[in-house]
Amino acid sequence: MTRITSKFTDLRKAGRKAFIPYITAGDPDLETTLELILELERSGADIVELGVPFSDPVADGIVIQRASERSLKNGTTARACLDLVKELRRQSEVPIVLFSYLNPLLALGENSIGQRLRDAGVDGVLATDLVPEEAGEFIDQMRRAEIDTVFLVAPTSTDERIKLVAEASRGFIYAVSRAGVTGVRQSLSEAAAQLVDRVRRFSALPVAVGFGVSTTEQVAEVWSHADAAVVGSRIVAEIENCADRSKVTERVGALTRQMVSTRR
Amino acid sequence: MNATEAQNFYDLPDARGHFGDYGGRFVPETLMHPLEELTRAYDEAMRDPDFTREFEHLLSNYVGRPTPLMFAGRLTEHLGGARIYLKREDLCHTGAHKINNATGQALLARRMAKTRIIAETGAGQHGVAAATVCALMNLRCIVYMGTEDMRRQELNVFRMKLLGAEVVGVDAGSRTLKDAINEALRDWVTNVADTYYLLGSALGPHPYPAMVRDFQSVIGREARAQILEAENRLPDLLIACVGGGSNSIGLFHEFLQDEGVRMTGVEAGGRGLTLGEHAARFSGGRPGVLQGTRSYVLQDEDGQISTTHSVSAGLDYSAVGPEHAYLHDRGRVAYTSVLDGEALEAFELLARLEGIIPALESAHAIAEVIRVAPRMKREEIVIVNLSGRGDKDVNTVAQLMSER
Repeated sequence: MTRITSKFTDLRKAGRKAFIPYITAGDPDLETTLELILELERSGADIVELGVPFSDPVADGIVIQRASERSLKNGTTARACLDLVKELRRQSEVPIVLFSYLNPLLALGENSIGQRLRDAGVDGVLATDLVPEEAGEFIDQMRRAEIDTVFLVAPTSTDERIKLVAEASRGFIYAVSRAGVTGVRQSLSEAAAQLVDRVRRFSALPVAVGFGVSTTEQVAEVWSHADAAVVGSRIVAEIENCADRSKVTERVGALTRQMVSTRR
Repeated sequence: MNATEAQNFYDLPDARGHFGDYGGRFVPETLMHPLEELTRAYDEAMRDPDFTREFEHLLSNYVGRPTPLMFAGRLTEHLGGARIYLKREDLCHTGAHKINNATGQALLARRMAKTRIIAETGAGQHGVAAATVCALMNLRCIVYMGTEDMRRQELNVFRMKLLGAEVVGVDAGSRTLKDAINEALRDWVTNVADTYYLLGSALGPHPYPAMVRDFQSVIGREARAQILEAENRLPDLLIACVGGGSNSIGLFHEFLQDEGVRMTGVEAGGRGLTLGEHAARFSGGRPGVLQGTRSYVLQDEDGQISTTHSVSAGLDYSAVGPEHAYLHDRGRVAYTSVLDGEALEAFELLARLEGIIPALESAHAIAEVIRVAPRMKREEIVIVNLSGRGDKDVNTVAQLMSER
């Protein structure tokens, strides 16, 4: 059982929902990223989505685009992100899902991505521009390496496509709350709850909702129908807006505690 | 290559949009069903005689087809080798081949009842073509363009605005075509319900590479008939510039099964073959995934996409259409590159010898014919795709000439 599955199993037993923050590795720098992951875990994160920056992030809104740019300017590579996870594993068992695009992952060596992820201690992987139809070999090597493959479903997905994603997914299924890129939204659409219900018809896997979830109220709303809430841009914005680097960890920790405050 | 082997060039792409190892659909899930719908709508449209009739009617009466296949007598004499013909896509309405595809896709958008059209543009030729057909068909048009390209192609920005389009500057990355496509994809993923993405080159996720090729293949069909009429035989060599690859695949496609016809695609060599200084994907790139498709991509060893440089905005792109990647690996088309300086010399030479000011993109193809024609026999025949006219580039060239 992967760390992700056992985490969800434990949470289900306790009747609790999961909080999954996203941060971009290397923003503001890799040392801070390591501290941030540890602080996120201490503050209530159950799983951490670690963004491997890509030069052309078409699924991301402006906040995560800027974080990727800052990180790439610092010279962050996929290999460096794996080294970071390796370092993290000396201190923490928090499940890590790499969140990226296919091309920087391919650069790890097309046929050895799964093994490299496993060696580093990564638990799951989500490439936002990889759909199940194109993922045959990718899935095979992740299965061999026992890395969970997380795929997206969207409000535009047909039942047929949801079925396809359900079959290809391990760990959990990531439901995109609405058509669009990542980023803070004023309100959650009703489409998100409907989508979660549709996914449940085809899969027993936990369902996480993300894209546009940015307030404590929205996290609570997501928890009322899904198994996990993913918050990305709001946290990345907190990192971006914190001029004093020594305060970043503290501020992200406070934000996280506030986001999970409605959890019993 | 035997006939059966050649024939299978026409079986591509497969149902999932693959050209051998290339192509496919690498997009966020939100776009998958819309792409399936688009593929279905396109297939139905191409089987509908009313649709093809209207497309052909517009090509004749609006675009101005067929375009001439002109014997370039003075250029042929000057180079002293093969007989050179120019396929005059520069004479299309709006000044480049881009209008062929824009017309076809705008008809499709209307058929799909989409009311909002988005497009990306590099040199501005596709943006102008999209704005033009949207005006004709009363569709709202938004064009994404890198701010560096807006600076280089000021005239085209003004033309798009005159035609009623909204031009949105993209201030990311190298502020060129790649960045404009990223922003167009983000718009599409957000507004997918009412929006049609009118992609301008033979790239992106399936069905775009096949659809754009099909709408552009009128170039090769005409050229084939015209050269048979003029010379009573097929050409020995076809030359076209390759940015995303739409004018080249448009010319080449009709000839793929003609084994005696060699083909050369000309990429932008920019300032030389150091990563970041050019857009020669087949010289400096390797297979990767960018903007919805798997193809040759200029990238660093960590899979980050490289910036590119070319004097011509229309060739300044980090990836290449997936069918070209396939034709490259199969050895059916040879790919070469031409430096900025060579393209500028070709630009001037064609103006003086034939009274034609070519687009800087097309000048790359002319530069290649200048290299190879003198080494060919006098009875050999070359067709060069003159994909666009150079009015848009006059300011750029004037500035470069004053600098040297």
